[in-house]
Amino acid sequence: MSVDGVAHGGEIGIATRAARWFPGLERGRKPEALPIRLDRRRIYIVPTRTGLGFAVLLLVMLAGALNYQNNSALLLTCMLGAAMAGSMLMTWRELHGLALHSLHAEHGFCGARLLLHLAFADDHRARPGLTIAVDGLEQPCPLQPGSNRTSVTMATERRGWMAVPRMRIASTLPFGLFRAWSWMTPERNVLVYPRVLDGTQPAARNDDPNERTAGGDDFAGLRDYHPGDPIRHVAWKASARLDHLLVREFDRAAPGQPLRFDWNDLPGIDRETRISRLAGWVCDAYAAAHPWILVLEDRHALGPASDAAHYHRCLTALAESP
Amino acid sequence: MKLRHVPAGRPAKPAPLDTQAFDLLCATVLCVVAVHVPHLPPWYTAALAVILLARWWQRRHRRRRVAGWLRIAMLVAVPATVIAMYGTPLGREPGAAIICGLLVLKILESESVRDARMAVGFACFILMSALLFDQSLAYTIVAGLVLLPAFATLRALGPGLPQPGWVAAFRPGAVVLAASLPAALLGFLLIPRLATPLWGAPDRGIGRTGMTDRMAPGDLHSLLTDDSVAMRVGFTDGPPPEHQRYFRGMVLWEFDGRAWLPGAAAARPAPPAQLVAHGPATVYDVTLLPSQQHWMFALDVPLAAPEGAMMGPDRTFWSTAPITHAAHYQVASVTDYRLGADGLAPGTRAAALQLPPGFNPRARALAAQWRAQVGDHDAAIVNAALDLFHTGGFVYDLNAPPLGRNSVDDFLFDTRTGFCEHYASAFTFLMRAADIPARVVVGYHGGYWNEFARYLLIRQSNAHSWSEVWLAGRGWVRVDPTAAVSEVVLADADGATNTMIGRAGSWWLPWRNRLDVVNRWWNQAVVGFDDLKQGRLFQPFGIAHATVQMLGAALAVVVLVALGVGALLASIRPRARPRDALAVAQRRLQRRLSRLGIVRGNHEGPRDYYARSAQALPDAAAQLHEFADEYLRLRYAFHEPPAERTRKFARAVRHFRPHRGQIGV
Repeated sequence: MSVDGVAHGGEIGIATRAARWFPGLERGRKPEALPIRLDRRRIYIVPTRTGLGFAVLLLVMLAGALNYQNNSALLLTCMLGAAMAGSMLMTWRELHGLALHSLHAEHGFCGARLLLHLAFADDHRARPGLTIAVDGLEQPCPLQPGSNRTSVTMATERRGWMAVPRMRIASTLPFGLFRAWSWMTPERNVLVYPRVLDGTQPAARNDDPNERTAGGDDFAGLRDYHPGDPIRHVAWKASARLDHLLVREFDRAAPGQPLRFDWNDLPGIDRETRISRLAGWVCDAYAAAHPWILVLEDRHALGPASDAAHYHRCLTALAESP
Repeated sequence: MKLRHVPAGRPAKPAPLDTQAFDLLCATVLCVVAVHVPHLPPWYTAALAVILLARWWQRRHRRRRVAGWLRIAMLVAVPATVIAMYGTPLGREPGAAIICGLLVLKILESESVRDARMAVGFACFILMSALLFDQSLAYTIVAGLVLLPAFATLRALGPGLPQPGWVAAFRPGAVVLAASLPAALLGFLLIPRLATPLWGAPDRGIGRTGMTDRMAPGDLHSLLTDDSVAMRVGFTDGPPPEHQRYFRGMVLWEFDGRAWLPGAAAARPAPPAQLVAHGPATVYDVTLLPSQQHWMFALDVPLAAPEGAMMGPDRTFWSTAPITHAAHYQVASVTDYRLGADGLAPGTRAAALQLPPGFNPRARALAAQWRAQVGDHDAAIVNAALDLFHTGGFVYDLNAPPLGRNSVDDFLFDTRTGFCEHYASAFTFLMRAADIPARVVVGYHGGYWNEFARYLLIRQSNAHSWSEVWLAGRGWVRVDPTAAVSEVVLADADGATNTMIGRAGSWWLPWRNRLDVVNRWWNQAVVGFDDLKQGRLFQPFGIAHATVQMLGAALAVVVLVALGVGALLASIRPRARPRDALAVAQRRLQRRLSRLGIVRGNHEGPRDYYARSAQALPDAAAQLHEFADEYLRLRYAFHEPPAERTRKFARAVRHFRPHRGQIGV
C-alpha cells in the first residue's frame, strides 16, 4: 500500500487512484521484488518519429485515394495502416511476457560502471532489439532463446550499498515505427567497493620496501577473467577483440612476510582518501598474490591471507566502513 | 564521474546504413520503379534503374558517398527531362515520372538509417500513386506485394538481424501484412467515401485506346488486337443467340472519300426513329469500362436510353459526361424489330445517300449495273453485294494491304483483302451508289459467354463495324457484310469476330475468358465500391442508408476490436518448452536401430548403448562411435548444446540408414 494512500481526511490521492488503474506508474518509482514480469499494464508504447512520419503519409495517401475515388489505392492505404497498427502490437510483444528473474551484480569500484547480470525467464523467443537504459545510458541487450541473460552497467558515485537504479527496458522492433518501453526497479542493493587510488606506495609496512615491488606491477601476461578478479585488471583493449574478458596477470611474489596495511598508518589525509588508498593496496597485493593484513579503523585486523575471499572481505569492510 | 547522457532513440550521430539494409532498400526502390513501368517511357524507367544499380554497386564496392555536384546535377536533370518529355511538369504521367526520379535521387544520398526510413515512406507513397493509373486486380496485387520488400527494409534498419538474414528480414512484414488483411478489408469497407472530390479529379484523357468517331479502312486495327476488356453484359435469362450479339455504339453517316464520320445527321436533334417491337424485350446490365468517351453501347436495338444518357435519332446513345469510371446501366432491347419503317424524312434520306463526288468510279458503275439488272428490288441489290463478298474471292485478313485514293475500288477489284471496316465501308458505298439509303454502324460483336457468372465478356478486340440499309416497308435492316466473307470468322470459339486470324492458337485465351469472372468481381465489388454502394452496406441489418456517422462509428468499433483481438493474439506465448532437437535426433537414431533389433534397455546409458550397437553393426561401427561421442559432447560439454552442431548431428542421423546387411554374424 502506498504512502499516498492515507491522505488528508482519509481521501485517496489521485496518484494512488491512478496507480491502482495503472500500476506501471507506481512501479516506475518503487522498488519491487523479483521476479518482475512485464505485462500489458506496465508496457507503454508510442510512435517513434518514423512512425509519426508514416502516420502523416497514411493520411495523405488516404486523402488522395478518397479524392480520386480510387479504391485500389485506398485498399493499399488500408493495408499499410492495418500493418502499421499490427506492427504496434508486434513491438509491444517484444516486451510482453519478459520476466526478470534474477539480478546479480559484479563487484565494482566506485567511479567505474558496475556490471549487472540480468537473467530473464527463458520463453524461447529471441528478442534481438531490446535496449536497457540505466541512469540515462541506453545499452543494447539482445536476448537469445535458450539463454535469456544479458548484462548492463550502472554508474556508481559512492562506495557502500547502493540501490539498483530504475531501468528502462525498450524496443523498437520490428520496423522502428513504435517504441515500447517499461520500467523496472528491482529491489536489490549492490555493494560498491571504494574508489581505488593507486600509484602510491604503502606508507607503512613491516618489511623491506623492495620486497613489495617484487610482487608489484610487473606485467606478466594475460589470462581469462574469473568472477572475482579485480575489474581494474581487466585488459579492456585485448578483451575487445574477443567475446570474453581477459585480465592482466602480474608476477607472483615470492612468498614472504605478509604486507600490512593499517588504517592508522595514514594520518593527515581525509577519510575517503584513506579508504581509497587502502583499497588500492589491497588490490595490488591481491593481484600480486602476496599475502596481506588489513587493519581497520577499529584496529580489527583481517588476514593475513592472499585469496579471493580475503580480498573481498577486505574490500567489503572498507566499502561498509562508515 | 559524469556520464554522457544519451537521450533515447536519438543517437548523437546518425546511425550508418549497413549493407544488407541498403540492398533491401535498393530492391524496394527498384520494385517501385518497376510498378511504374507500364505508364512511363521505357527508356526513362530503364535509366532510373541503371542509376539505381550503379549507386548500389558504388556503395557496395567503393564505399563512398555520391559527390554533391552529381546529386545537384541530377536534381536539375530529373525535372528537366520530364518537362522535355511531356512539355509540362503537371499532370499524372509527368508527376509520376518526377517522383520516381526523386526517389532514386534519395537513394543516391542515403547514407544513414534516417535517410533510408524516409526513402521507404516515400516509396510507399509512390507505390500508391501507381494505382492511379491502373486499378486492375493484378496490378493492385503486384503493388501490394511490393510492400513486402518495403517492410523488410524497415526491419533490416533495426537491430539484431542475422547477417545474411533475408528470411528473417522478410518474415515480420509478411506476418504483419497477412495478419492485418482482415482489418484492412473491414477498414476499406467502412472508410466513408466522398460523394464529390475535394479537389480536381485527375485527367484521364490520355493513354487508353478505344473507339474513335471516325472509321477509315485500317483504323480499327489497333483495337482489334487489343485484348483489354471493353464491357461486360449480364443477361440473367441467358445470352442472345450469337448471330444477334451486335452492340451498337455509333452510327456514321458521312463519307469523305477516305473515312466515315458521324456527320451532321447524327448530331441533328430529332426524335428517335420509330421502333416497332416484334418480340419480347431483353433486359440486361452493362458494365462499361472507362473509355474517356461518351458512347454507350446497347444490344441492337434499345428501347430507351438509361439514366444519364441521351438517345439520338438513330437510337444510339451517349453519356452526358465522359466515362471516366466504370459505368453501370441497365437497358432493354428488342432483337426482332422494325426501325423507321414508317418512312424516311427527306433530310435523313439525303444524308443516307450522301457520297463524295469523284471517288470510286468502278464501284459506282457496278452499283449502277446491279440497279439496271434488278430494277426497283432493293433487297436483291443487297443480296448481290453479299454474293460478291461470298464468292468473289474475298479474304478476311487483319493484315490488309494499304488502299489508294479510290479505296473502295481498290478493295473491291484489286486487293480483296481486309476486315470489317473494309467490308462495311465498301458495302455501304455500293448501297448508296445504288440509291439505297445506308449507314455504317460501329460497335462490338460477339463476346465470350461466362456461364458461371452469366455475363457476356466483350473485349476491345470484339470491336466491329457493319452496315444498316433502309428498305421500304422494313425500315433499317442490319447487314453484316463481313459475315458474308466466311462463316468461320464469326464462329470463332471465342465468339470474337476478329481475333481468330493470327491468334487462334492462343491456348490460354479460353482460360483467360473463364478467369475474367474474377476481374469482373473486382471491378464491381472493389473498384466500383462508391459512396452509393457503401450507403447500402448496412441494408442486411435493416438500415436503408448508412450515414457517414454510422460508418465512422462502425469503423471505430472495428479498429478497437481489431486491436483487442490483435493484442490477445500477440500476448499468446509460445509453447513453454520447445522440442529438444538433440533428444529428437537421438530418439530417431534409437528408432532406426531398434528396427534392427537393437533396443535400448532402460538401464542402459547412451555410451553403453552405442557401444553395443557398434558391436552389432560392425560395418557402421565407426559411424556409431562418432554419433556416441558427438552426442555425449553436445549433451554434457555445454550448458546449452550449440544449435549449429546439433543441426549437424540431426542431419547426420537422418542420413544414417543402418540395414540388416550390416549386422555382424
